Amino acid sequence: MEKVGVFLCHCDLNISGDVDVKKVLDAISQYPGVVYVEDCKDLCLPAGLDLIKKAIEEKGLKGVVLNSCSPGLHEGLYRQTVVSMGLSPYAYEIANLREVCGWPLVCDKEEATARAIQAIKASLNKLDWGEAVAPVSVPITKRALVIGGGIAGIQAALDIADGGYEVILVEKTSSIGGRMIQLSETFPTLDCPQCIETPRMVDVSQHPNIKLMAYCEVESLSGSAGNFTVKIRQKATYVDWSKCTGCGDCMEKCPYRRIPAEFDCYLGNRRAIYRPFPQAVPNRPIIDTKGCVRFLRAGAGDTRERCRACAIACQSDAIDFEMQDTFVEEKVGAIVVATGYDVFPKEKITEYPKDPDIIDGLQMERLLSSTGPTAGQMKRPSDGKVPQEVVFIQCVGSRDPAHYFPYCSRVCCMYTAKQAMLYKHAVHDGQAYVFYMDIRADGKGYEEFIQRAMEEDKVLYIRGRVSKIFRKGDKLMVWGIDTLSGNNVEIPADLVVLAVALVPSAGTKELAEKLGVAVDENGFMAEANAKLGTMESSTSGIYLAGMVQGLRDIPDSVQQAGGAASKVLDLFAKDEILLEPALVAATV
Amino acid sequence: MRIPYYPGCTLKTKAKNFEDSAVASLDSLGVQLAEMPVWNCCGTVYCLAVDETAHQLAPVRNLLRLKEQGESQVVSLCTMCYNSLKRANLLMKTDVEKRGKIVNFVSEGEGSYGGEVEVLHLLEVLRDEIGFERVRREVTKPLKGLKVAPYYGCLLLRPAEVAIDDPLRPTILEDLLVSLGAEAVDFPHKTECCGSFQTVNNVELVVECARRILDAAAEAGAEVMITSCPLCAFNLDHRQREIRKVYSDFRGMPVLYFTQLMAIALELGEGVCRFDLNHADPRPLLASKGVM
Repeated sequence: MEKVGVFLCHCDLNISGDVDVKKVLDAISQYPGVVYVEDCKDLCLPAGLDLIKKAIEEKGLKGVVLNSCSPGLHEGLYRQTVVSMGLSPYAYEIANLREVCGWPLVCDKEEATARAIQAIKASLNKLDWGEAVAPVSVPITKRALVIGGGIAGIQAALDIADGGYEVILVEKTSSIGGRMIQLSETFPTLDCPQCIETPRMVDVSQHPNIKLMAYCEVESLSGSAGNFTVKIRQKATYVDWSKCTGCGDCMEKCPYRRIPAEFDCYLGNRRAIYRPFPQAVPNRPIIDTKGCVRFLRAGAGDTRERCRACAIACQSDAIDFEMQDTFVEEKVGAIVVATGYDVFPKEKITEYPKDPDIIDGLQMERLLSSTGPTAGQMKRPSDGKVPQEVVFIQCVGSRDPAHYFPYCSRVCCMYTAKQAMLYKHAVHDGQAYVFYMDIRADGKGYEEFIQRAMEEDKVLYIRGRVSKIFRKGDKLMVWGIDTLSGNNVEIPADLVVLAVALVPSAGTKELAEKLGVAVDENGFMAEANAKLGTMESSTSGIYLAGMVQGLRDIPDSVQQAGGAASKVLDLFAKDEILLEPALVAATV
Repeated sequence: MRIPYYPGCTLKTKAKNFEDSAVASLDSLGVQLAEMPVWNCCGTVYCLAVDETAHQLAPVRNLLRLKEQGESQVVSLCTMCYNSLKRANLLMKTDVEKRGKIVNFVSEGEGSYGGEVEVLHLLEVLRDEIGFERVRREVTKPLKGLKVAPYYGCLLLRPAEVAIDDPLRPTILEDLLVSLGAEAVDFPHKTECCGSFQTVNNVELVVECARRILDAAAEAGAEVMITSCPLCAFNLDHRQREIRKVYSDFRGMPVLYFTQLMAIALELGEGVCRFDLNHADPRPLLASKGVM
């Protein structure tokens, strides 16, 4: 290219300390096409930008090569500057002299300088290609897809829908509500999640802008930001939801009633035709083909007369045993992923044995919940006895890089205190013990909540770990240590609750692959920037909300969901999106 | 099949019942335990050594001898010997400096040793080289109805680099018991320390440890316990006398070496079992179960 200006930033001393600026400028000023070279202390500051603008205007530059820090930092700013002076955004190139030349070769100024010259020459060459391209502008499809119907997905969907755009909310189970609806009461307010979440769930189902697709999964994705095409699998429910009135007669009559219920974390049973919980939205049942004997027998080639109890009971003729999965394609412009978390299986924690009275945090939520298997009565799983001594153990599998997960699961200190308090509210003369390493109570009202558990509900906090739990007759002997007194502790417990580590929900990795989104080393979907970009994924047009990006509590999930929704609304505020023309030239 | 065998001190004296039953059982499985012609003490308890380097002299001398004899493997019955030899072996493999110093001293400058000999415990040989399936086929008197508590103790499973099975959920003894036709009874303290060498100067401690282990096994329904270490056997078997002095209601149970049960199941006769060396006589129980 002719009439090119080359600008070199000192980046205070970050570049000029490691690269011989004068030598670079001398070498480059000789390069064909270069008519102007300039260096300055900080190119990204207004004074530096003015320098560029002035040079473009006064020297009539047709192209500009800027040499500074990583493009990831200021590329947008520089491009804007160049474009504001009437040049094409591709008549500008940036060479990274700091992270690529200066910093890695801090001990070898000569080498760093040589590399810098090489980098600038490469950028100058690349400019030639820039003349031939222009960005492609495509119209944006102003519809959003939200994957995951937990509280984060619900919040994002409502915010985008209220913003005036159509939202498709895809949820893989048969009801929205996610994990929050499984909880007993939520910290620090002890709000009942059924009470505060169901209104939002109903809002979703009734919102004119939201198309709720429950019992569906994303099958594949193609396209790019502003122009995605998503194929969605509508799984067979075997119940025609348009005919079904939600009366529940089919569930009453189903003879297969001892199937361990996923919603109750397998502490209670459900029928083969079922709704996960009474307030389900949509309030429609599905048939579990792995629990329904009719389907199991059909699968085994059994040709005997098969059970039709649900079909007979149904007054609306809604049962359809022949239903198949169907597929539908939707065009959307933005995607919000809010697929949440699972609890790591406690059977894989080999330090503690398998015992019906050793349960995890989510199971305790179900025991404490009024919609749970014991209707909120504090009864232990093995024999239904009311436990008088309950031991809670924090950090089971979390903060353990040697054997399990290096990270902190964020919510356990708070929910353990809550569960201990709720247990005490239910069993006034019971005793709760919490074995902890630290107490992490950083939210608003959280520290006060922990103090309340200790002072008002007399929960006994023991700083130390539990090395062994074993059954001795009616009791579970818990062997731990109280590091503050230095004593070994033995507690004959009736029930042990483990705060097991939380992990990204099953299928997160597979979904990330389908969407083309990166995952981090722990399997959570990767954010664009750990400090400033936690609501955006590594892929343009795909945003993240809730636990899928990193463990957090309900207030933070809702907050992040709102933020992700606002990013979508930002995108939809434009009518078109510019696609970068990326070029690769290879000499073979 | 022939495999070089390191007995260790106790197997020739207090634990002759372990050796005799083992040699006979393996012989009937077609495996010859070929005792090393010259051997010395294994060095025993790792952690008691005042001088860590000097402690290695004893086990390394044995390993060097094996190498010089052209052997590539050695099997130990006593778990403590196994642990000592194996850890010395790993050290010789990985620590070049210590290796130089120790081997030089032991061999008087003549030899070299870098962990060439593989150290195995008899249970490993049974599981990996003979196979429990083979054992099951050879058993002529399955120990039907015999409820056995498998006691692992510490040194078979700790530290991690010498463990022969999962340290938290081991199954090797249970697998062996199943192949002998017996019923393996799980109990909570099967991998806990018996008190070990504290038996020398702190009998009260051993009484507590042993009582807890034996009571837990009894509560779980076991009638007899098996072990793989003469020191564990001493603490769990012979110390029952001391336990009874402190706890008059203590019931206890016979404690056998796993090879003694093997010898019974393979019908090799009482002679090789040397029950006279066991404190709690197992014969009435075994007779009542119809296995003897």
